[in-house]
Amino acid sequence: MPRLLSFAVLLTTWWIGSLLAGDAKLPPPPTVLSAMIAEARSGDLFFHLGVTLARVALAFTLAMSLGSAIGYLMGRVRLADRLGDPWLILLLNLPALVVIVLAYIWAGLTEVAAIAAIAINKLPTAVVTLREGARALDAALDEMATIFALPRWKKFRHVVLPQLSPYVAAAARSGLSLVWKIVLVAELLGRPNGVGFEIGVAFQLFDIPRLLAYSLSFAAVVLLIETLLVQPFEARLSRWRPRAA
Amino acid sequence: MRLEVDIAGKTFRNAAGEQHDVIAGVAFALDAGEVGVLVGPSGCGKSTMLRILSGLDPDFEGRISRPADARIGFVFQEPRLLPWRSVEENVRLVAPQADEAKLSALFEILELNAHRNHFPGELSLGLARRVALARAFAVEPAFLILDEPLASLDAALAARMRDQIAMLMDNRAMITLLVTHDVDDAVRLGDRLFLLSPRPARLLAELPIHTPRGTRGEAEIAAIKLDVIRRINGDPSARESV
Repeated sequence: MPRLLSFAVLLTTWWIGSLLAGDAKLPPPPTVLSAMIAEARSGDLFFHLGVTLARVALAFTLAMSLGSAIGYLMGRVRLADRLGDPWLILLLNLPALVVIVLAYIWAGLTEVAAIAAIAINKLPTAVVTLREGARALDAALDEMATIFALPRWKKFRHVVLPQLSPYVAAAARSGLSLVWKIVLVAELLGRPNGVGFEIGVAFQLFDIPRLLAYSLSFAAVVLLIETLLVQPFEARLSRWRPRAA
Repeated sequence: MRLEVDIAGKTFRNAAGEQHDVIAGVAFALDAGEVGVLVGPSGCGKSTMLRILSGLDPDFEGRISRPADARIGFVFQEPRLLPWRSVEENVRLVAPQADEAKLSALFEILELNAHRNHFPGELSLGLARRVALARAFAVEPAFLILDEPLASLDAALAARMRDQIAMLMDNRAMITLLVTHDVDDAVRLGDRLFLLSPRPARLLAELPIHTPRGTRGEAEIAAIKLDVIRRINGDPSARESV
Protein backbone atom coordinates (compact mmCIF):
# COMPACT_ATOMS: atom_id res chain seq x y z
CA MET A 1 0.00 0.00 0.00
CA PRO A 2 2.70 2.58 0.89
CA ARG A 3 4.45 1.57 -2.33
CA LEU A 4 1.34 2.34 -4.37
CA LEU A 5 1.00 5.68 -2.66
CA SER A 6 4.59 6.57 -3.40
CA PHE A 7 4.03 5.61 -7.03
CA ALA A 8 0.96 7.86 -7.18
CA VAL A 9 3.00 10.76 -5.78
CA LEU A 10 5.60 10.23 -8.51
CA LEU A 11 2.94 10.23 -11.22
CA THR A 12 1.29 13.39 -9.88
CA THR A 13 4.60 15.20 -9.63
CA TRP A 14 5.40 14.23 -13.20
CA TRP A 15 2.04 15.45 -14.45
CA ILE A 16 2.35 18.79 -12.63
CA GLY A 17 5.91 19.09 -13.92
CA SER A 18 4.78 18.59 -17.49
CA LEU A 19 2.08 21.25 -17.05
CA LEU A 20 4.73 23.70 -15.84
CA ALA A 21 7.49 22.81 -18.33
CA GLY A 22 5.31 22.27 -21.37
CA ASP A 23 4.63 19.18 -23.48
CA ALA A 24 7.70 19.60 -25.65
CA LYS A 25 10.16 19.22 -22.78
CA LEU A 26 8.26 16.85 -20.51
CA PRO A 27 5.30 15.09 -22.11
CA PRO A 28 2.53 14.10 -19.65
CA PRO A 29 2.04 10.44 -18.64
CA PRO A 30 -0.70 9.61 -21.25
CA THR A 31 1.51 10.67 -24.17
CA VAL A 32 4.38 8.55 -22.92
CA LEU A 33 2.02 5.66 -22.27
CA SER A 34 0.68 5.73 -25.82
CA ALA A 35 4.24 5.81 -27.18
CA MET A 36 4.98 2.83 -24.98
CA ILE A 37 1.92 0.97 -26.28
CA ALA A 38 2.86 1.73 -29.89
CA GLU A 39 6.38 0.36 -29.35
CA ALA A 40 4.98 -2.68 -27.58
CA ARG A 41 2.49 -3.39 -30.40
CA SER A 42 5.22 -3.38 -33.03
CA GLY A 43 7.25 -5.74 -30.83
CA ASP A 44 10.25 -3.40 -30.79
CA LEU A 45 9.94 -2.65 -27.10
CA PHE A 46 10.15 -6.29 -26.06
CA PHE A 47 12.92 -7.04 -28.52
CA HIS A 48 15.15 -4.23 -27.26
CA LEU A 49 14.33 -4.91 -23.62
CA GLY A 50 15.13 -8.58 -24.15
CA VAL A 51 18.45 -7.84 -25.80
CA THR A 52 19.43 -5.48 -23.00
CA LEU A 53 18.37 -7.97 -20.32
CA ALA A 54 20.42 -10.71 -21.94
CA ARG A 55 23.49 -8.45 -21.88
CA VAL A 56 22.86 -7.57 -18.25
CA ALA A 57 22.46 -11.22 -17.31
CA LEU A 58 25.65 -12.30 -19.07
CA ALA A 59 27.82 -9.43 -17.87
CA PHE A 60 26.46 -9.67 -14.32
CA THR A 61 27.02 -13.43 -14.06
CA LEU A 62 30.49 -13.13 -15.50
CA ALA A 63 31.52 -10.29 -13.21
CA MET A 64 29.98 -11.81 -10.08
CA SER A 65 31.50 -15.25 -10.47
CA LEU A 66 34.93 -14.01 -11.48
CA GLY A 67 34.88 -11.16 -8.96
CA SER A 68 33.78 -13.43 -6.09
CA ALA A 69 36.51 -15.95 -6.86
CA ILE A 70 39.22 -13.28 -7.08
CA GLY A 71 37.94 -11.46 -4.01
CA TYR A 72 37.87 -14.67 -1.94
CA LEU A 73 41.40 -15.50 -3.04
CA MET A 74 42.65 -12.02 -2.20
CA GLY A 75 40.99 -12.17 1.21
CA ARG A 76 42.54 -15.53 2.07
CA VAL A 77 45.98 -15.43 0.43
CA ARG A 78 48.24 -12.55 1.34
CA LEU A 79 50.35 -12.84 -1.80
CA ALA A 80 47.29 -12.68 -4.03
CA ASP A 81 46.19 -9.57 -2.19
CA ARG A 82 49.58 -7.90 -2.64
CA LEU A 83 49.70 -8.76 -6.34
CA GLY A 84 46.11 -7.89 -7.08
CA ASP A 85 45.73 -4.70 -5.11
CA PRO A 86 47.28 -2.20 -7.59
CA TRP A 87 45.18 -3.67 -10.41
CA LEU A 88 42.12 -3.43 -8.26
CA ILE A 89 42.70 0.23 -7.43
CA LEU A 90 43.28 0.99 -11.10
CA LEU A 91 40.11 -0.78 -12.20
CA LEU A 92 38.02 0.70 -9.40
CA ASN A 93 38.88 4.23 -10.47
CA LEU A 94 38.87 3.78 -14.22
CA PRO A 95 35.86 5.65 -15.68
CA ALA A 96 33.29 3.34 -17.28
CA LEU A 97 33.46 5.33 -20.49
CA VAL A 98 37.18 4.66 -20.90
CA VAL A 99 36.69 0.92 -20.52
CA ILE A 100 33.81 0.84 -22.98
CA VAL A 101 35.55 2.95 -25.64
CA LEU A 102 38.79 0.99 -25.37
CA ALA A 103 36.92 -2.32 -25.53
CA TYR A 104 35.20 -1.23 -28.75
CA ILE A 105 38.49 -0.03 -30.24
CA TRP A 106 40.41 -3.16 -29.36
CA ALA A 107 37.75 -5.82 -29.86
CA GLY A 108 35.64 -4.11 -32.50
CA LEU A 109 31.99 -3.12 -32.23
CA THR A 110 31.06 -6.62 -31.15
CA GLU A 111 28.82 -8.28 -28.58
CA VAL A 112 31.87 -9.71 -26.81
CA ALA A 113 33.39 -6.26 -26.45
CA ALA A 114 30.17 -4.83 -25.02
CA ILE A 115 29.67 -7.60 -22.46
CA ALA A 116 33.33 -7.65 -21.48
CA ALA A 117 33.33 -3.89 -20.98
CA ILE A 118 30.25 -4.03 -18.74
CA ALA A 119 31.67 -6.94 -16.77
CA ILE A 120 35.03 -5.21 -16.28
CA ASN A 121 33.24 -2.19 -14.86
CA LYS A 122 31.42 -4.27 -12.28
CA LEU A 123 34.26 -6.69 -11.47
CA PRO A 124 36.33 -4.56 -9.04
CA THR A 125 33.43 -3.75 -6.72
CA ALA A 126 32.61 -7.45 -6.44
CA VAL A 127 36.27 -8.19 -5.70
CA VAL A 128 36.49 -5.53 -2.99
CA THR A 129 33.29 -6.65 -1.27
CA LEU A 130 34.13 -10.35 -1.32
CA ARG A 131 37.67 -9.70 -0.17
CA GLU A 132 36.24 -7.96 2.88
CA GLY A 133 33.95 -10.93 3.43
CA ALA A 134 36.77 -13.43 3.18
CA ARG A 135 38.83 -11.40 5.65
CA ALA A 136 35.97 -11.39 8.14
CA LEU A 137 35.55 -15.18 8.19
CA ASP A 138 35.27 -16.48 11.75
CA ALA A 139 38.43 -18.37 12.75
CA ALA A 140 36.59 -20.07 15.63
CA LEU A 141 34.11 -21.72 13.25
CA ASP A 142 36.97 -22.64 10.96
CA GLU A 143 38.67 -24.46 13.85
CA MET A 144 35.40 -26.19 14.69
CA ALA A 145 35.14 -27.48 11.11
CA THR A 146 38.76 -28.66 11.22
CA ILE A 147 38.33 -30.51 14.53
CA PHE A 148 35.17 -32.25 13.40
CA ALA A 149 36.93 -33.13 10.12
CA LEU A 150 34.25 -31.66 7.86
CA PRO A 151 35.00 -32.51 4.22
CA ARG A 152 36.18 -29.54 2.17
CA TRP A 153 32.99 -29.08 0.17
CA LYS A 154 30.73 -29.40 3.23
CA LYS A 155 32.82 -26.88 5.07
CA PHE A 156 32.62 -24.46 2.19
CA ARG A 157 28.90 -24.88 1.82
CA HIS A 158 27.82 -24.83 5.47
CA VAL A 159 30.53 -22.83 7.22
CA VAL A 160 32.13 -20.46 4.70
CA LEU A 161 29.36 -19.66 2.24
CA PRO A 162 26.77 -18.56 4.82
CA GLN A 163 29.32 -16.13 6.24
CA LEU A 164 30.01 -14.76 2.77
CA SER A 165 26.38 -14.55 1.73
CA PRO A 166 25.72 -11.02 3.09
CA TYR A 167 28.77 -9.86 1.15
CA VAL A 168 27.65 -11.68 -1.98
CA ALA A 169 24.22 -10.09 -1.59
CA ALA A 170 25.76 -6.64 -1.14
CA ALA A 171 28.02 -7.13 -4.15
CA ALA A 172 25.09 -8.37 -6.23
CA ARG A 173 22.90 -5.49 -5.17
CA SER A 174 25.43 -2.73 -5.85
CA GLY A 175 26.75 -4.56 -8.90
CA LEU A 176 23.34 -4.96 -10.45
CA SER A 177 22.60 -1.25 -10.17
CA LEU A 178 25.98 -0.50 -11.70
CA VAL A 179 25.32 -2.87 -14.59
CA TRP A 180 21.87 -1.37 -15.21
CA LYS A 181 23.54 2.02 -15.57
CA ILE A 182 26.46 0.99 -17.72
CA VAL A 183 24.70 -1.34 -20.13
CA LEU A 184 22.83 1.54 -21.74
CA VAL A 185 26.01 3.54 -22.29
CA ALA A 186 27.67 0.54 -23.89
CA GLU A 187 24.68 0.06 -26.17
CA LEU A 188 24.51 3.72 -27.06
CA LEU A 189 28.16 3.74 -28.11
CA GLY A 190 28.46 0.56 -30.08
CA ARG A 191 25.46 -1.72 -30.45
CA PRO A 192 22.73 -1.69 -33.13
CA ASN A 193 19.99 -2.73 -30.68
CA GLY A 194 18.95 -2.64 -27.02
CA VAL A 195 17.33 0.02 -24.88
CA GLY A 196 20.48 2.15 -24.92
CA PHE A 197 20.53 2.17 -28.71
CA GLU A 198 16.84 3.16 -28.88
CA ILE A 199 17.38 5.96 -26.39
CA GLY A 200 20.28 7.20 -28.50
CA VAL A 201 18.04 7.26 -31.58
CA ALA A 202 15.25 9.02 -29.70
CA PHE A 203 17.77 11.58 -28.45
CA GLN A 204 18.98 12.33 -31.98
CA LEU A 205 15.38 12.75 -33.21
CA PHE A 206 14.45 14.64 -30.05
CA ASP A 207 11.59 12.18 -29.66
CA ILE A 208 11.02 12.67 -25.95
CA PRO A 209 7.91 10.46 -25.54
CA ARG A 210 9.83 7.54 -27.09
CA LEU A 211 12.87 8.32 -24.98
CA LEU A 212 10.76 8.27 -21.83
CA ALA A 213 8.83 5.22 -22.97
CA TYR A 214 12.03 3.20 -23.21
CA SER A 215 13.56 4.62 -20.05
CA LEU A 216 10.47 3.92 -17.99
CA SER A 217 9.92 0.43 -19.38
CA PHE A 218 13.52 -0.28 -18.52
CA ALA A 219 13.04 1.13 -15.02
CA ALA A 220 9.90 -1.00 -14.61
CA VAL A 221 11.81 -4.14 -15.55
CA VAL A 222 14.59 -3.28 -13.09
CA LEU A 223 12.03 -2.72 -10.34
CA LEU A 224 10.29 -5.98 -11.14
CA ILE A 225 13.52 -7.98 -11.05
CA GLU A 226 14.57 -6.33 -7.80
CA THR A 227 11.26 -7.08 -6.04
CA LEU A 228 10.62 -10.52 -7.45
CA LEU A 229 14.15 -11.95 -7.57
CA VAL A 230 16.71 -10.03 -5.55
CA GLN A 231 14.70 -9.17 -2.44
CA PRO A 232 13.18 -12.64 -1.81
CA PHE A 233 16.65 -14.10 -2.27
CA GLU A 234 18.10 -11.74 0.32
CA ALA A 235 15.26 -12.52 2.72
CA ARG A 236 15.92 -16.25 2.37
CA LEU A 237 19.61 -15.85 3.06
CA SER A 238 19.02 -13.96 6.28
CA ARG A 239 16.09 -15.98 7.62
CA TRP A 240 18.13 -17.21 10.59
CA ARG A 241 18.80 -13.67 11.81
CA PRO A 242 16.51 -12.23 14.45
CA ARG A 243 14.27 -9.70 12.69
CA ALA A 244 14.81 -6.00 13.17
CA ALA A 245 11.85 -4.39 14.91
CA MET B 1 44.20 -46.71 22.72
CA ARG B 2 46.14 -44.29 24.78
CA LEU B 3 46.93 -40.60 24.84
CA GLU B 4 50.47 -39.66 25.79
CA VAL B 5 51.32 -36.05 26.29
CA ASP B 6 54.69 -34.49 26.89
CA ILE B 7 54.69 -30.76 26.30
CA ALA B 8 58.03 -29.29 27.28
CA GLY B 9 57.14 -25.71 26.47
CA LYS B 10 54.90 -23.40 24.55
CA THR B 11 55.49 -19.71 23.99
CA PHE B 12 53.31 -17.07 22.45
CA ARG B 13 54.45 -13.92 20.76
CA ASN B 14 52.01 -11.08 21.28
CA ALA B 15 51.29 -8.22 18.89
CA ALA B 16 54.06 -6.13 20.45
CA GLY B 17 56.57 -8.91 19.74
CA GLU B 18 57.09 -9.93 23.37
CA GLN B 19 57.40 -13.59 24.20
CA HIS B 20 55.21 -15.20 26.81
CA ASP B 21 55.63 -18.67 28.24
CA VAL B 22 52.24 -20.32 28.43
CA ILE B 23 53.19 -23.88 29.25
CA ALA B 24 56.38 -24.76 31.11
CA GLY B 25 56.14 -28.52 31.27
CA VAL B 26 53.18 -30.87 31.35
CA ALA B 27 53.41 -34.61 30.86
CA PHE B 28 50.72 -37.21 31.44
CA ALA B 29 49.05 -40.21 29.90
CA LEU B 30 45.43 -41.24 29.65
CA ASP B 31 43.84 -44.57 28.70
CA ALA B 32 40.63 -45.16 26.80
CA GLY B 33 37.68 -45.22 29.15
CA GLU B 34 39.35 -42.80 31.52
CA VAL B 35 38.25 -39.25 32.19
CA GLY B 36 41.23 -37.00 32.76
CA VAL B 37 40.66 -33.56 34.19
CA LEU B 38 42.99 -30.62 33.83
CA VAL B 39 42.39 -28.45 36.88
CA GLY B 40 43.98 -25.07 37.16
CA PRO B 41 43.32 -21.37 37.68
CA SER B 42 41.83 -19.34 34.81
CA GLY B 43 44.37 -18.20 32.29
CA CYS B 44 46.89 -20.89 33.19
CA GLY B 45 47.09 -22.18 29.62
CA LYS B 46 44.50 -24.95 29.72
CA SER B 47 42.77 -23.91 26.53
CA THR B 48 46.12 -23.57 24.78
CA MET B 49 46.87 -27.11 25.83
CA LEU B 50 43.60 -28.34 24.34
CA ARG B 51 44.43 -26.64 21.05
CA ILE B 52 47.76 -28.47 21.02
CA LEU B 53 46.19 -31.82 21.95
CA SER B 54 43.50 -31.56 19.32
CA GLY B 55 46.06 -30.78 16.63
CA LEU B 56 44.93 -27.20 16.01
CA ASP B 57 48.25 -25.80 17.15
CA PRO B 58 51.30 -27.78 16.01
CA ASP B 59 53.75 -25.12 17.18
CA PHE B 60 55.11 -26.31 20.56
CA GLU B 61 58.07 -28.09 22.10
CA GLY B 62 57.49 -31.68 23.00
CA ARG B 63 55.62 -34.70 21.79
CA ILE B 64 52.05 -35.95 21.69
CA SER B 65 50.95 -39.37 20.71
CA ARG B 66 47.30 -40.06 20.19
CA PRO B 67 45.55 -42.70 18.11
CA ALA B 68 45.99 -41.87 14.44
CA ASP B 69 42.87 -40.57 12.70
CA ALA B 70 40.97 -40.69 15.97
CA ARG B 71 37.60 -39.03 15.70
CA ILE B 72 37.64 -36.00 17.95
CA GLY B 73 34.63 -34.54 19.71
CA PHE B 74 35.26 -31.06 21.02
CA VAL B 75 32.99 -29.01 23.25
CA PHE B 76 34.36 -25.50 23.00
CA GLN B 77 34.04 -23.01 25.80
CA GLU B 78 31.90 -20.75 23.64
CA PRO B 79 29.64 -23.23 21.85
CA ARG B 80 30.74 -22.43 18.27
CA LEU B 81 27.52 -23.50 16.62
CA LEU B 82 26.66 -22.43 13.09
CA PRO B 83 24.12 -19.63 13.62
CA TRP B 84 22.55 -20.23 10.19
CA ARG B 85 21.78 -23.90 10.81
CA SER B 86 19.14 -25.30 13.15
CA VAL B 87 20.07 -27.27 16.25
CA GLU B 88 19.45 -30.56 14.50
CA GLU B 89 21.33 -29.52 11.36
CA ASN B 90 24.28 -28.42 13.48
CA VAL B 91 24.52 -31.91 14.95
CA ARG B 92 23.79 -33.84 11.77
CA LEU B 93 26.32 -31.87 9.78
CA VAL B 94 29.30 -33.21 11.72
CA ALA B 95 27.77 -36.65 12.31
CA PRO B 96 26.17 -37.76 9.05
CA GLN B 97 26.48 -41.39 10.13
CA ALA B 98 24.30 -40.93 13.24
CA ASP B 99 20.85 -42.41 12.74
CA GLU B 100 17.57 -41.04 14.03
CA ALA B 101 17.39 -43.41 17.01
CA LYS B 102 20.82 -42.39 18.22
CA LEU B 103 20.09 -38.71 17.81
CA SER B 104 16.79 -38.85 19.63
CA ALA B 105 18.39 -40.73 22.50
CA LEU B 106 21.04 -38.03 22.67
CA PHE B 107 18.54 -35.17 22.44
CA GLU B 108 16.41 -36.91 25.06
CA ILE B 109 19.21 -37.06 27.62
CA LEU B 110 20.22 -33.46 26.96
CA GLU B 111 16.58 -32.26 26.95
CA LEU B 112 16.91 -30.78 23.48
CA ASN B 113 13.97 -32.44 21.75
CA ALA B 114 11.82 -29.32 21.89
CA HIS B 115 14.59 -27.24 20.36
CA ARG B 116 15.53 -29.30 17.32
CA ASN B 117 14.34 -26.72 14.83
CA HIS B 118 15.52 -23.63 16.68
CA PHE B 119 18.43 -21.57 15.47
CA PRO B 120 21.36 -21.10 17.88
CA GLY B 121 20.59 -17.38 18.17
CA GLU B 122 17.32 -18.30 19.84
CA LEU B 123 18.96 -20.41 22.57
CA SER B 124 20.25 -19.53 26.03
CA LEU B 125 23.88 -20.24 26.83
CA GLY B 126 22.93 -23.39 28.74
CA LEU B 127 20.97 -24.75 25.78
CA ALA B 128 23.66 -23.81 23.28
CA ARG B 129 26.23 -25.64 25.42
CA ARG B 130 24.01 -28.72 25.42
CA VAL B 131 23.78 -28.57 21.62
CA ALA B 132 27.57 -28.42 21.54
CA LEU B 133 27.62 -31.48 23.82
CA ALA B 134 25.17 -33.30 21.57
CA ARG B 135 27.33 -32.48 18.57
CA ALA B 136 30.49 -33.79 20.23
CA PHE B 137 28.86 -37.03 21.39
CA ALA B 138 27.05 -37.58 18.09
CA VAL B 139 30.31 -38.16 16.23
CA GLU B 140 31.03 -41.06 18.65
CA PRO B 141 34.50 -39.73 19.31
CA ALA B 142 37.53 -41.76 20.21
CA PHE B 143 38.88 -38.66 21.91
CA LEU B 144 36.48 -36.30 23.65
CA ILE B 145 37.58 -32.86 24.77
CA LEU B 146 35.43 -30.69 27.01
CA ASP B 147 36.59 -27.12 27.59
CA GLU B 148 34.85 -25.67 30.66
CA PRO B 149 31.46 -27.07 29.66
CA LEU B 150 29.81 -25.86 32.87
CA ALA B 151 31.37 -22.39 33.22
CA SER B 152 29.09 -19.37 33.71
CA LEU B 153 25.91 -21.37 34.27
CA ASP B 154 23.84 -21.14 37.44
CA ALA B 155 24.55 -23.82 40.04
CA ALA B 156 21.35 -25.83 39.56
CA LEU B 157 21.69 -25.99 35.80
CA ALA B 158 25.39 -26.80 36.03
CA ALA B 159 24.61 -29.71 38.37
CA ARG B 160 21.96 -31.06 36.01
CA MET B 161 24.26 -30.81 33.02
CA ARG B 162 27.03 -32.46 34.99
CA ASP B 163 24.77 -35.46 35.56
CA GLN B 164 23.87 -35.52 31.87
CA ILE B 165 27.52 -35.45 30.87
CA ALA B 166 28.29 -38.26 33.35
CA MET B 167 25.45 -40.32 31.89
CA LEU B 168 26.70 -39.81 28.33
CA MET B 169 30.30 -40.64 29.28
CA ASP B 170 29.39 -43.82 31.13
CA ASN B 171 28.51 -45.91 28.10
CA ARG B 172 31.52 -45.15 25.98
CA ALA B 173 35.12 -46.31 25.94
CA MET B 174 36.85 -43.18 24.77
CA ILE B 175 39.67 -41.00 25.97
CA THR B 176 38.08 -38.02 27.66
CA LEU B 177 39.80 -34.85 28.70
CA LEU B 178 37.90 -32.25 30.68
CA VAL B 179 39.18 -28.80 31.47
CA THR B 180 37.78 -26.93 34.42
CA HIS B 181 38.70 -24.49 37.14
CA ASP B 182 35.93 -25.88 39.34
CA VAL B 183 37.28 -28.46 41.79
CA ASP B 184 33.83 -29.84 42.53
CA ASP B 185 33.13 -30.60 38.85
CA ALA B 186 36.59 -32.11 38.51
CA VAL B 187 36.16 -34.51 41.44
CA ARG B 188 32.63 -35.55 40.47
CA LEU B 189 33.41 -36.21 36.79
CA GLY B 190 37.07 -37.23 36.64
CA ASP B 191 38.97 -40.48 37.08
CA ARG B 192 42.39 -38.88 37.05
CA LEU B 193 43.05 -35.28 38.01
CA PHE B 194 45.97 -33.27 36.70
CA LEU B 195 46.58 -30.21 38.84
CA LEU B 196 48.19 -27.30 37.04
CA SER B 197 50.09 -24.29 38.35
CA PRO B 198 49.29 -20.70 37.33
CA ARG B 199 50.78 -19.56 34.03
CA PRO B 200 53.16 -20.81 32.71
CA ALA B 201 51.45 -24.13 33.41
CA ARG B 202 53.38 -26.91 35.14
CA LEU B 203 51.94 -30.19 36.30
CA LEU B 204 51.76 -29.90 40.11
CA ALA B 205 50.34 -33.33 40.79
CA GLU B 206 48.53 -36.25 39.26
CA LEU B 207 45.71 -37.58 41.36
CA PRO B 208 43.93 -40.79 40.40
CA ILE B 209 40.51 -41.42 41.92
CA HIS B 210 39.95 -45.13 42.33
CA THR B 211 36.27 -45.26 43.24
CA PRO B 212 34.10 -45.40 40.09
CA ARG B 213 32.27 -42.17 39.30
CA GLY B 214 28.77 -43.36 40.16
CA THR B 215 29.64 -44.76 43.56
CA ARG B 216 31.57 -41.87 45.09
CA GLY B 217 30.00 -40.81 48.38
CA GLU B 218 29.69 -37.19 49.46
CA ALA B 219 32.23 -37.73 52.24
CA GLU B 220 34.79 -39.12 49.81
CA ILE B 221 34.20 -36.30 47.35
CA ALA B 222 34.67 -33.74 50.10
CA ALA B 223 37.93 -35.40 51.20
CA ILE B 224 39.35 -35.45 47.67
CA LYS B 225 38.32 -31.83 47.13
CA LEU B 226 40.13 -30.81 50.28
CA ASP B 227 43.22 -32.66 49.12
CA VAL B 228 43.08 -31.00 45.69
CA ILE B 229 42.69 -27.54 47.16
CA ARG B 230 45.61 -28.07 49.54
CA ARG B 231 47.83 -29.22 46.71
CA ILE B 232 46.85 -26.36 44.43
CA ASN B 233 47.57 -23.86 47.16
CA GLY B 234 51.04 -25.29 47.50
CA ASP B 235 50.86 -26.87 50.94
CA PRO B 236 54.40 -28.31 51.24
CA SER B 237 53.42 -31.38 53.29
CA ALA B 238 50.89 -32.32 50.61
CA ARG B 239 53.37 -31.96 47.78
CA GLU B 240 55.83 -34.38 49.37
CA SER B 241 53.26 -37.15 49.48
CA VAL B 242 52.76 -37.16 45.69
